[in-house]
Parts: sequence; C-alpha cells; structure tokens
Amino acid sequence: MKIPYYPGCTLHERALDFDKASRECARALDIELEELEIWTCCGAVFPLTTDSVMDILAGVRNLAYASRLGDKVVTLCSFCYNVLKRANKVMRDDPEKREKANLFLKADTDAREGIESYLKEDYTGQVDVLHYIEMLRDVVGFDKIRERTKADLSGLKVAPYYGCMLLRPKKEMEFDDPEQPQIFEDFLEAIGCDVVDFPMKTECCGGFQIVREEDTAVACSQTVVNSASRRGADVIITTCPLCRYNLDELQKKMEKSVTGFRKIPVIYFTQLLGIALGIDEECLDFSDNYVDPRPLLAEKSLV
Amino acid sequence: MEHRIGVFVCHCGTNIAGVVDVKRVAEELASYPGVAFSTDYTYMCSDPGQNLVKDAIKEHKLTGVVVSACSPTLHEATFRRAGVGADLNPYMVEIANIREQCSWVHQEDKPRATEKAIKIIKTMIEKVKQDEALEPIAVPVTKRALVVGGGVAGIQAALDIANSGHEVILVEKEASIGGHMAQLSETFPTLDCSQCILTPKMVDAAQHPRIKLMTYCEVGDVAGYVGNFKIKIKKKAAYVNRDVCTGCGLCSEKCPSKTDSEFEEGLATRKAIYTPFPQAVPNKPVLDAEHCLYMQSGKCGICAKICPVDAVDYTQKDEFVDVEVGAIVVATGYDLYPIINIGEYGGGKIKDVVTSLQFERLLSASGPTSGVVRRPSDGEIPKEVVFLTCVGSRDPEHHKAYCSKICCMYLTKHAMLYKHTVHDGQAYLFYMDVRTGGKGYEEFYQRAAEEDDVLYVRGKVSKLYEEDGKVIVWGVDTLTGQKVEIAADMVVLGLAMEPNAQALELAKKLKIQVNEWGFLSEAHPKLRPVESLAPGFYLAGAAQGPKDIPDAVAQASAAASKVASLFAEKEYHREPIIALVDEDECAGCRVCVSVCPYDAAEFDEEKKVAHIQEAICEGCGACIAACPSGSVTQKNLTDDQLFKMVTAALED
Repeated sequence: MKIPYYPGCTLHERALDFDKASRECARALDIELEELEIWTCCGAVFPLTTDSVMDILAGVRNLAYASRLGDKVVTLCSFCYNVLKRANKVMRDDPEKREKANLFLKADTDAREGIESYLKEDYTGQVDVLHYIEMLRDVVGFDKIRERTKADLSGLKVAPYYGCMLLRPKKEMEFDDPEQPQIFEDFLEAIGCDVVDFPMKTECCGGFQIVREEDTAVACSQTVVNSASRRGADVIITTCPLCRYNLDELQKKMEKSVTGFRKIPVIYFTQLLGIALGIDEECLDFSDNYVDPRPLLAEKSLV
Repeated sequence: MEHRIGVFVCHCGTNIAGVVDVKRVAEELASYPGVAFSTDYTYMCSDPGQNLVKDAIKEHKLTGVVVSACSPTLHEATFRRAGVGADLNPYMVEIANIREQCSWVHQEDKPRATEKAIKIIKTMIEKVKQDEALEPIAVPVTKRALVVGGGVAGIQAALDIANSGHEVILVEKEASIGGHMAQLSETFPTLDCSQCILTPKMVDAAQHPRIKLMTYCEVGDVAGYVGNFKIKIKKKAAYVNRDVCTGCGLCSEKCPSKTDSEFEEGLATRKAIYTPFPQAVPNKPVLDAEHCLYMQSGKCGICAKICPVDAVDYTQKDEFVDVEVGAIVVATGYDLYPIINIGEYGGGKIKDVVTSLQFERLLSASGPTSGVVRRPSDGEIPKEVVFLTCVGSRDPEHHKAYCSKICCMYLTKHAMLYKHTVHDGQAYLFYMDVRTGGKGYEEFYQRAAEEDDVLYVRGKVSKLYEEDGKVIVWGVDTLTGQKVEIAADMVVLGLAMEPNAQALELAKKLKIQVNEWGFLSEAHPKLRPVESLAPGFYLAGAAQGPKDIPDAVAQASAAASKVASLFAEKEYHREPIIALVDEDECAGCRVCVSVCPYDAAEFDEEKKVAHIQEAICEGCGACIAACPSGSVTQKNLTDDQLFKMVTAALED
C-alpha cells in the first residue's frame, strides 16, 4: 500500500535517522511511503496573523502537490504536521482565504514553464493530513503492530514525550486530548514496553529558543528530562527533530550544571518501533544521538 | 358589519416618537377604511393613556382597537384589560409593535421608519376587522401539587404549599430527602451547621399531614395540562418493604458487602443495604441490587434472615403509582461538573486533588474523618492546601461560559474552616475575581483574608501534577506578574455547577424549556423568575441556575406562592387563541394528531374527524401548517386574516 509522504526539510538534513527509520518501519508494515515528487519547506511556523494568506501558501502548495497522489499525506515532524494540518483547515473552512490561495497557486503554476502544472483543480482541503502515529493506529492498526512485534521490550521503561505542536491548538489539531493524550501510550503498550507516565510530557522543550536564548531552552528541556527521569524512565521517545535535539543534545549542558545528573537517551518513536519489529540496528541509525541509546539497548538485549 | 376601529399611537417617550413621526402616523391612519378614531399620546400605558383608550371606545362606539406601541409581550394584557373596562371584548384589542420592530431598529432612517410604522398598524387594523369576540377557556384545577426533588428548595416549596392548605407530593430519586445541602459541613456566611438547619426541615416535611413523601421514586409519564396533570410515578424497587421496616439498622450492620458511598463522595464505603446517612429521612434502608451478594449470586441473604419484621423482600419489583396534580414544582438541583473533564488538573487521577463536595465531607463532623481534615492518599493532615475557583466555570473556550456563583464563597468558607482546624496550616486560594454578592458575604471574605490569613492569589492555575507525595501547583500571580509554584499537600477544586444529569431528561418529559447549558428557563428573567413558559410548571433552586442556599430557599417560597395563587381560584383561564377543526372539511388523515407537540389533537373515532382539546391546545399552529386540506384554523388568525394582513403590508 502506497501512502503519499511529506518528509519536510529537517528529515532531509539533520534528522536523516528519523526519515530512514520511519521508512524502514513502514516497509516492514507493508506500507510504502511515497515521497511527493516536488515539495518545499512547509513554512515551519503557522502564522499568528489572521489576515495573511502569504504565510500559509507554502503549506498549501505542498498539500496541493500531495492531492495529486492521493487523499492523504503522512508526515513526521511535529512542526510540519502542525503547519500542514492548520493550513489545511483554513483551506477547508475559510472561503475567502481559499479563493486567494488558489489564485496564488495558479499564478505559481503558470510561472513554472516546463514543469507540468501541478494544480489540476482548486485545492479545497481534499487531502487528510495524517501524522505517522495516526497512520500506525488508523491505517496499519496497533493490533497488527502487536502481532508483528518480534523483540521483547517488556521491562524497558519508556516515557512518551508529546511536546506542544502535535496537540495544540486543540480545536485545529484534533489530534488527541492536549492535557491527557493517550495515543503514544497506546502505541507503546502495543509494542510491549512499560509505559512511564510523566507530568511534563506535554510541556514545551524550549523549541526555537535554542537559537537565541539557549538558557531558556536548557531550562525547559531540563524540566522535561528530569520529570521523566524521576519517574524512572530508561528512554524518552519523541516525534519532533527539534524536541529530540533539545532534549538530547542539551543534556551536555545539564550534566555540567547538575551534580549526579542521570542522562537519558532520547530517540524517535519509529526507532523504537524498528527495534520492536526486529529491524537491523544499522538501518535505525543511532549515530546522531548525544546520549547513546545502544548501551541501554544492549543491556536489554535489544541490539 | 360596520367597522369602527380606534388607532392609538404611543410615543413611548422618545423611544418611538424620536424616530417615528407619530403625529403623521395618527393623522394618516384616521382616513384608513374602517378607522373611526385615531390619536397619539406620550405614554399610552400610563393611567391617563389607558383612560384615553377607554373613553374613546365609549365615545366613538369602537368595535376594535389597535394600540401601536411596544411588544405585545409587555402590554397586550394591559390594553386588553382597558378594553374590558370599556365593555369591549378583550380579543378585539390588538397591539401593533412599532417599537421593537420599528423605531428601535430603524433609528438611522426616520422617514422610512414612519412608513413602516404605518404599514405595521395597517396590518393590525386588517386583523382586528376579522377578529372575533372570544372568551377565555376555563379549566378546573386539581388543588394538589407535585414537587420534584427533595433538596432544600424542594423541601421548602413543599412545606410552603402544604402550609397554605394544599396537598403536596414530594418526589425524591434518592433514598432520603436532603439533597446536596445534607452533605455540607457548615454554611457561609454564618457558619451554622448545615445538618442542624436542614434536618428539622426534613423532619417537618416528612411529618406534615399534607405532604406525601415519595423517596426512591422517579417521575415517569406525564400527561395533561395546567390544573390537570396526570403523572405516573415510578417507585424504584428498594427490596425493602419500607412501610413495615422500623429502621432498626440491623441489616446494614450485618451486610458483608461494601461499596463507595455516594453521600460521602467516595471517601468512605457503605453497605449494599443502606441508609445514605444517619439523619436520613425516612430513616429506612434501600438495597442496592448491583452490590448485593444475594441478588448477584444467590448466596448470603443475611439481611433477610436478621430483619426482625421481615421487611427485606428480594422479589420486589418497580411499581408505578398514578397521581393527579394541578401544579408541578421542579427542584431537581445540580451536580458538580465531572472532574474527569479537567485534564490539566489530573482529570480525577490525582488522589489528593478533591472536589468541593469531597472537602465538605472532610470538614463535616459527621464525615468519614469526623471533621479532621485528612488527605485521601495517606490520611495525613495536610499543611499546605490550595483552593481553586472557576474550575470549569467562566471558560467558554473549553467548559462552561457561566459563573457558578457560589464557588468563591464556599471555597472561602473551606479555607477558613481549614484554618480553624489546622492552625499551622497554610491555605492558598487562587481566584479570577472574588465575587461576594450577598448579604454579609464581603465581610466574610474580608475575615478569611485578614483574620484567618487565607492567602488569596489572583490568577489561574495551569497545571497540577503529583510529585513525591505532593501535588505540584503551577499558577500565576497576575498582580505581581510572577509565576507561582506550590508543593501542596492537597488541592480543592471549585468545580462548576451543572444541572443534575437526570433533570434534562425530566425537562424533556415535562416539555419545559432549558437554556443552552441545561438549566431550566424561566418565563421572564426579571418579572417571572420562578415560572416556566409552559403553564403549571414552577422552578426552584439550582435547577434554574447556580445559586446558594438563601436564594434557593427564597425561590422555592416564591414558587410555592405562585402555586398557592393558582390554587386560590376555582378555575384556571386559558388563552382562547387556539386551533379549531372545520369538521365538514376534515378528511380524517390524522396528520395533525402526529404533529401536535402537546397531544392536544386527537381523532374522533365516531365522527372520523380530528378534534382539538381546548384545554390542552397551546395555539402553536403546528397542526394548521401541517393540515393538507386547510381545515384547521387558528382562532383570530385565520388564513383569510393573514392574507389581508399581508396584502395591507405590501400595498403602496
């Protein structure tokens, strides 16, 4: 089964490991992620201005590309998911912006001589934006994942970290309950881990503050890492390259400032899924992690 | 017949006259066919204004009157009475609404507003021309009232009606009357013990010769209309013959099966055969089949064996009793908004985060901890307690838009009582605004803040979570702009009040209106606050909207006095503007029977035609619109009348 796939910039640059692991897992679950033949950056941040159409065009254009391949598009990065889903909602619900955006898309198509026109009809939000975890639940099914799980993950204490972008704003994302989300818990239960519930699972990692206010980002990430640590987590899973960077890489700073700091590996949820499905460790690529998860996985005889 | 119609154009001060050229209107209509007299006046509803109408009726021998003023809801009755004062049939007096429907909404275009006013009045003149003199429909009144709900409001209403000399049936779904008030510890702002002031009233209600107490009962089918309701009451199987039972309590004592006590809000257990609380009225147990070993597995049967009067009966079934009443008081009360909806505060998963009713039980001398405040997780006495207001209230984005009105006060009381028992404890109260609108309330709040050192923090709490045996509170103090983090031993949530879960179902059965949140709607928010729009139904207590005990009791007494005034007359008079079947035209298709929301339309098997029961029809017009042969008409609103009215409105 083929499903259109929008990787986004980060999965083609910094988070190659995420992209690779996710494709491998999909393949193991009989799904081929079909990357859009052309795509651009999603825009990275959904605009807060309410009267601007320009700021959602990048997202809309990618959705229009996707509409040529099928009725859904799967993505992984939390930021991409947030932007695409909300831009899509604007295209579904706001007739005025929809009309304007389509005029832009037409002008864009006309300007691209030699490239096949990508816009066959107006884009009105006909594509469903799915997060990979939603694909696992709704297209593959957690039961099938449970059946395909080869490794014994029992005893591995996993803390699912949601961050902000998947869940909020609730009415636009319609992903899960932003206060008490459950989807990753259900997923972890399906692959046989011990789920660690921790109160900071929906708190911000610091996000883009890392660029200019590193201390803020460290403080935010530390709150999250500490919380998972106090609840006894062996490993934290995430679905966002930026969250992964902040939570993992910034432990370098945390260990310097906190005596007795216990480092916790932070990995992508599809890397853990890959281990569960028995995919070769090479394909999952743990080389980019600051806190290397391999000793832990080896200890549990998982690699 | 020659029409001699009087047109009276009201200025309503400047409300109408400031926009509509009232003089021109009166002048122009003087020459309209059928109009015998036309004038204008500053305040037509005033005494001189009404006299002007009366005098004109007599002097000009008017056959009909059109008062051009405000909405008929406001003054139709006023001018119909004036008509009667001058010997004119009240239904020959009509209101042309040129205020709400004209002057108020067309202030920017005065000339056209004047044109519109003239047209509105012309349509009513055309209506009056074909109006018939009608008489109100008199229906007999059964002078017995039903009160639904045995909380403090229901008890008060029942007592007041009974004391005015009428029989009352008081129905309560639980095993005892008392409602939520029986669960409370002490009451603001006087701190008198809730049980002490309530239980005597409960006993009064039970012993009153004119009150029939029906506990563990529910209202079933409802038929009839004001003055003549026929109601089926379901007596839920209690598996105890409560007429025989002496209330000795042996059965509860020996019962081996335990479950969470509803009365103690889950903080203690009760037996499967139980009275909800020691002061219950009636003080006789019921058996909860779901938790009874004998009912579930056929083993045990201890209660039946031990009962000295053989009152336990495992074979008992639900019974139905038919009652006839003339009026119904709905006092179904409130529930707390379920804590599960508040995910950011743990959604009920954090043990030491309790609801306000749970905290009442912890404060109560008769509660599970005998009045010593102990937290649920480990029974320790909490030293840092945080109280949160507006949990689910005033949050239109996520929960309820309305203010639950009493939370500021009861949380203030909670914090104060906590400080009275745990002197070295610290109480924090997070608030949006402290609302103390009530007699002695502001003083009570001042006392809590100043004498009892309750720390009031203005701000919301964004998150509660458990860490190392504490409840961590993340909040903000918006007065200093600081983030606040408290490691509390316990947190109390002032959850929103919402209508009792079963009340909505009951409202549907009774066909009375509720607002968007499920609270019962009053007929007029200011002038008819204890009546439903549907005649014969009266509202009392928190079922109508969040309110405290004094307000609930006051409203209950008001509802009782309304019932008493209904019962003061032999007959009740209903509006005769109802549907009428032309039996010669009617084909007997029964469409009207199927659409009538009041069950007023019935099929006459003998004549094979439809028949409208005058005493029930509300004149909603559903049958008239549905009738395929046009044989149902509304009195004084016939098709021909409507046609003439429309024609008058469209003429240039």
